[in-house]
Amino acid sequence: MNKEELIAKLKTIIAPYIQDEKAFKNLSEDTDFVKDLKINSANLVDIILDIEDEFNIRLENEDMEKMLDVKSAMSIVTSKLAD
Amino acid sequence: MKPSEIIALLPYSKPFLFVDGVNSISENEICGYYTFRKDEYFYQGHFKDNPITPGVILTECMAQIGLVCFGIFLLKDELQTTKKPQVALTSNQMDFYLPVLPGEKVIVHSEKEVFRFNKLKCKVKMLNKNGELVARGVISGMLKA
Repeated sequence: MNKEELIAKLKTIIAPYIQDEKAFKNLSEDTDFVKDLKINSANLVDIILDIEDEFNIRLENEDMEKMLDVKSAMSIVTSKLAD
Repeated sequence: MKPSEIIALLPYSKPFLFVDGVNSISENEICGYYTFRKDEYFYQGHFKDNPITPGVILTECMAQIGLVCFGIFLLKDELQTTKKPQVALTSNQMDFYLPVLPGEKVIVHSEKEVFRFNKLKCKVKMLNKNGELVARGVISGMLKA
Protein backbone atom coordinates (compact mmCIF):
# COMPACT_ATOMS: atom_id res chain seq x y z
CA MET A 1 0.00 0.00 0.00
CA ASN A 2 1.45 3.39 -0.93
CA LYS A 3 1.21 6.64 1.01
CA GLU A 4 -1.78 7.97 -0.94
CA GLU A 5 -3.74 4.77 -0.46
CA LEU A 6 -2.98 4.78 3.26
CA ILE A 7 -4.06 8.41 3.68
CA ALA A 8 -7.25 7.68 1.74
CA LYS A 9 -8.05 4.75 4.01
CA LEU A 10 -7.37 6.77 7.14
CA LYS A 11 -9.51 9.59 5.82
CA THR A 12 -12.49 7.23 5.42
CA ILE A 13 -11.99 5.96 8.97
CA ILE A 14 -11.70 9.44 10.48
CA ALA A 15 -14.60 11.02 8.54
CA PRO A 16 -17.48 10.11 10.91
CA TYR A 17 -15.72 11.66 13.92
CA ILE A 18 -14.41 15.00 12.73
CA GLN A 19 -15.83 18.32 13.85
CA ASP A 20 -13.94 20.73 11.64
CA GLU A 21 -15.04 20.16 8.02
CA LYS A 22 -12.58 22.68 6.57
CA ALA A 23 -9.57 21.11 8.28
CA PHE A 24 -10.78 17.71 7.13
CA LYS A 25 -11.05 18.87 3.52
CA ASN A 26 -7.47 20.11 3.67
CA LEU A 27 -6.22 17.01 5.47
CA SER A 28 -2.50 16.38 5.12
CA GLU A 29 0.16 14.40 6.97
CA ASP A 30 0.51 17.28 9.41
CA THR A 31 -3.16 17.40 10.37
CA ASP A 32 -3.55 17.01 14.14
CA PHE A 33 -6.54 14.95 15.28
CA VAL A 34 -7.39 17.06 18.30
CA LYS A 35 -6.09 20.54 17.42
CA ASP A 36 -7.15 20.62 13.77
CA LEU A 37 -10.02 18.17 13.41
CA LYS A 38 -11.38 18.87 16.95
CA ILE A 39 -11.93 15.18 17.66
CA ASN A 40 -12.74 14.37 21.31
CA SER A 41 -10.90 11.77 23.35
CA ALA A 42 -13.67 9.16 23.15
CA ASN A 43 -13.83 9.41 19.37
CA LEU A 44 -10.07 9.16 19.20
CA VAL A 45 -10.47 5.74 20.83
CA ASP A 46 -13.14 4.89 18.22
CA ILE A 47 -10.69 5.80 15.48
CA ILE A 48 -8.03 3.55 17.03
CA LEU A 49 -10.51 0.65 17.21
CA ASP A 50 -11.61 1.24 13.61
CA ILE A 51 -7.97 1.31 12.48
CA GLU A 52 -7.42 -2.04 14.21
CA ASP A 53 -10.39 -3.56 12.37
CA GLU A 54 -9.53 -2.07 9.00
CA PHE A 55 -5.88 -3.13 9.02
CA ASN A 56 -6.28 -6.20 11.20
CA ILE A 57 -3.66 -5.02 13.69
CA ARG A 58 -3.58 -4.65 17.47
CA LEU A 59 -2.68 -1.29 18.99
CA GLU A 60 -1.42 -0.75 22.53
CA ASN A 61 -1.50 2.16 24.97
CA GLU A 62 1.85 3.46 23.79
CA ASP A 63 0.58 3.54 20.19
CA MET A 64 -2.50 5.44 21.33
CA GLU A 65 -0.32 8.02 23.09
CA LYS A 66 1.75 8.56 19.96
CA MET A 67 -1.16 8.75 17.57
CA LEU A 68 -1.70 12.49 17.60
CA ASP A 69 -1.71 13.34 13.92
CA VAL A 70 -2.09 11.75 10.50
CA LYS A 71 1.66 11.33 10.11
CA SER A 72 2.07 9.37 13.35
CA ALA A 73 -0.99 7.25 12.56
CA MET A 74 0.55 6.38 9.18
CA SER A 75 3.88 5.43 10.68
CA ILE A 76 2.30 3.28 13.41
CA VAL A 77 0.07 1.45 10.93
CA THR A 78 2.96 0.93 8.53
CA SER A 79 5.25 -0.47 11.22
CA LYS A 80 2.51 -2.76 12.61
CA LEU A 81 1.77 -4.08 9.15
CA ALA A 82 5.46 -4.84 8.66
CA ASP A 83 5.68 -6.87 11.92
CA MET B 1 -14.77 -5.26 45.44
CA LYS B 2 -18.01 -4.92 47.43
CA PRO B 3 -20.96 -2.79 46.23
CA SER B 4 -20.56 -0.50 49.26
CA GLU B 5 -16.93 0.15 48.30
CA ILE B 6 -17.99 1.04 44.76
CA ILE B 7 -20.65 3.47 45.97
CA ALA B 8 -18.17 5.10 48.37
CA LEU B 9 -15.93 5.92 45.39
CA LEU B 10 -18.68 7.58 43.34
CA PRO B 11 -17.87 11.22 42.67
CA TYR B 12 -21.51 12.33 43.27
CA SER B 13 -23.55 13.46 46.25
CA LYS B 14 -27.08 14.58 47.01
CA PRO B 15 -29.04 15.95 45.14
CA PHE B 16 -27.31 14.36 42.18
CA LEU B 17 -26.57 10.84 43.35
CA PHE B 18 -28.86 8.34 41.64
CA VAL B 19 -27.54 5.03 42.95
CA ASP B 20 -28.94 3.21 46.00
CA GLY B 21 -27.26 -0.13 45.52
CA VAL B 22 -25.61 -2.67 43.27
CA ASN B 23 -27.13 -6.18 43.09
CA SER B 24 -24.54 -7.92 41.01
CA ILE B 25 -21.37 -7.12 39.12
CA SER B 26 -18.83 -8.95 37.00
CA GLU B 27 -16.21 -8.14 34.35
CA ASN B 28 -19.02 -8.13 31.76
CA GLU B 29 -22.11 -6.63 33.40
CA ILE B 30 -23.64 -4.80 36.32
CA CYS B 31 -27.11 -4.53 37.82
CA GLY B 32 -28.03 -1.76 40.26
CA TYR B 33 -31.07 0.18 41.51
CA TYR B 34 -32.39 3.52 42.65
CA THR B 35 -35.67 4.75 44.11
CA PHE B 36 -36.66 8.27 43.10
CA ARG B 37 -37.59 10.13 46.28
CA LYS B 38 -40.91 11.94 46.24
CA ASP B 39 -39.11 15.20 47.10
CA GLU B 40 -36.38 15.16 44.40
CA TYR B 41 -35.70 18.80 43.45
CA PHE B 42 -36.59 18.46 39.77
CA TYR B 43 -40.20 17.44 40.43
CA GLN B 44 -40.87 21.06 41.41
CA GLY B 45 -40.64 22.09 37.77
CA HIS B 46 -40.92 18.92 35.66
CA PHE B 47 -43.74 19.30 35.06
CA LYS B 48 -45.80 22.07 36.65
CA ASP B 49 -48.26 20.29 38.97
CA ASN B 50 -47.48 16.97 37.23
CA PRO B 51 -44.22 15.47 38.53
CA ILE B 52 -42.52 13.02 36.14
CA THR B 53 -38.83 12.06 36.21
CA PRO B 54 -37.03 13.87 33.36
CA GLY B 55 -35.45 11.69 30.67
CA VAL B 56 -32.08 13.34 31.25
CA ILE B 57 -32.25 12.25 34.90
CA LEU B 58 -33.12 8.68 33.87
CA THR B 59 -30.13 8.79 31.54
CA GLU B 60 -27.98 10.14 34.40
CA CYS B 61 -29.13 7.31 36.68
CA MET B 62 -28.29 4.79 33.94
CA ALA B 63 -24.88 6.38 33.46
CA GLN B 64 -24.08 6.48 37.19
CA ILE B 65 -24.89 2.78 37.61
CA GLY B 66 -24.15 1.40 34.15
CA LEU B 67 -21.00 3.32 33.39
CA VAL B 68 -19.50 4.87 36.52
CA CYS B 69 -20.17 2.12 39.13
CA PHE B 70 -19.22 -0.43 36.48
CA GLY B 71 -16.11 1.52 35.53
CA ILE B 72 -14.98 1.76 39.16
CA PHE B 73 -15.23 -2.03 39.38
CA LEU B 74 -13.29 -2.47 36.12
CA LEU B 75 -10.60 -0.05 37.34
CA LYS B 76 -10.46 -1.59 40.84
CA ASP B 77 -6.82 -2.61 40.56
CA GLU B 78 -5.74 0.96 39.77
CA LEU B 79 -8.00 2.80 42.22
CA GLN B 80 -7.13 3.47 45.82
CA THR B 81 -9.82 3.71 48.45
CA THR B 82 -9.36 7.42 48.85
CA LYS B 83 -8.92 8.49 45.25
CA LYS B 84 -12.08 9.00 43.25
CA PRO B 85 -12.01 8.22 39.52
CA GLN B 86 -12.23 10.93 36.88
CA VAL B 87 -15.27 10.48 34.66
CA ALA B 88 -16.68 12.19 31.60
CA LEU B 89 -19.78 11.28 29.65
CA THR B 90 -18.92 11.34 25.96
CA SER B 91 -22.06 10.14 24.18
CA ASN B 92 -25.41 8.54 24.66
CA GLN B 93 -28.23 7.31 22.50
CA MET B 94 -31.40 6.55 24.42
CA ASP B 95 -34.97 5.47 23.75
CA PHE B 96 -37.68 5.89 26.39
CA TYR B 97 -40.73 3.69 26.76
CA LEU B 98 -42.48 4.40 30.07
CA PRO B 99 -42.63 7.31 32.53
CA VAL B 100 -41.12 7.06 36.01
CA LEU B 101 -43.15 8.73 38.77
CA PRO B 102 -42.04 10.07 42.16
CA GLY B 103 -41.39 7.20 44.59
CA GLU B 104 -40.75 4.60 41.87
CA LYS B 105 -37.86 2.15 42.03
CA VAL B 106 -35.87 1.47 38.87
CA ILE B 107 -33.38 -1.29 38.07
CA VAL B 108 -30.49 -0.65 35.70
CA HIS B 109 -28.71 -3.37 33.74
CA SER B 110 -25.56 -2.60 31.82
CA GLU B 111 -23.49 -4.80 29.57
CA LYS B 112 -19.95 -3.99 28.45
CA GLU B 113 -19.40 -3.52 24.73
CA VAL B 114 -15.89 -2.08 24.80
CA PHE B 115 -13.48 -1.02 27.51
CA ARG B 116 -10.18 0.03 25.98
CA PHE B 117 -7.90 3.06 26.20
CA ASN B 118 -10.06 4.40 29.10
CA LYS B 119 -13.24 4.42 27.03
CA LEU B 120 -16.14 2.40 28.36
CA LYS B 121 -19.10 1.81 26.05
CA CYS B 122 -22.13 -0.07 27.37
CA LYS B 123 -25.55 -1.26 26.32
CA VAL B 124 -27.79 -0.10 29.16
CA LYS B 125 -31.44 -0.70 30.00
CA MET B 126 -33.73 0.47 32.79
CA LEU B 127 -36.68 -1.53 34.11
CA ASN B 128 -39.40 -0.57 36.59
CA LYS B 129 -40.38 -2.72 39.60
CA ASN B 130 -42.79 -4.71 37.42
CA GLY B 131 -39.93 -5.62 35.11
CA GLU B 132 -41.25 -3.42 32.29
CA LEU B 133 -38.76 -1.66 30.02
CA VAL B 134 -38.48 2.05 30.86
CA ALA B 135 -35.52 3.00 28.67
CA ARG B 136 -32.66 1.46 26.76
CA GLY B 137 -29.68 2.69 24.83
CA VAL B 138 -25.95 2.98 24.53
CA ILE B 139 -23.80 5.17 26.80
CA SER B 140 -20.08 5.90 26.48
CA GLY B 141 -17.65 7.69 28.71
CA MET B 142 -14.00 8.16 29.52
CA LEU B 143 -12.83 6.81 32.89
CA LYS B 144 -9.48 7.23 34.54
CA ALA B 145 -8.17 6.17 37.90
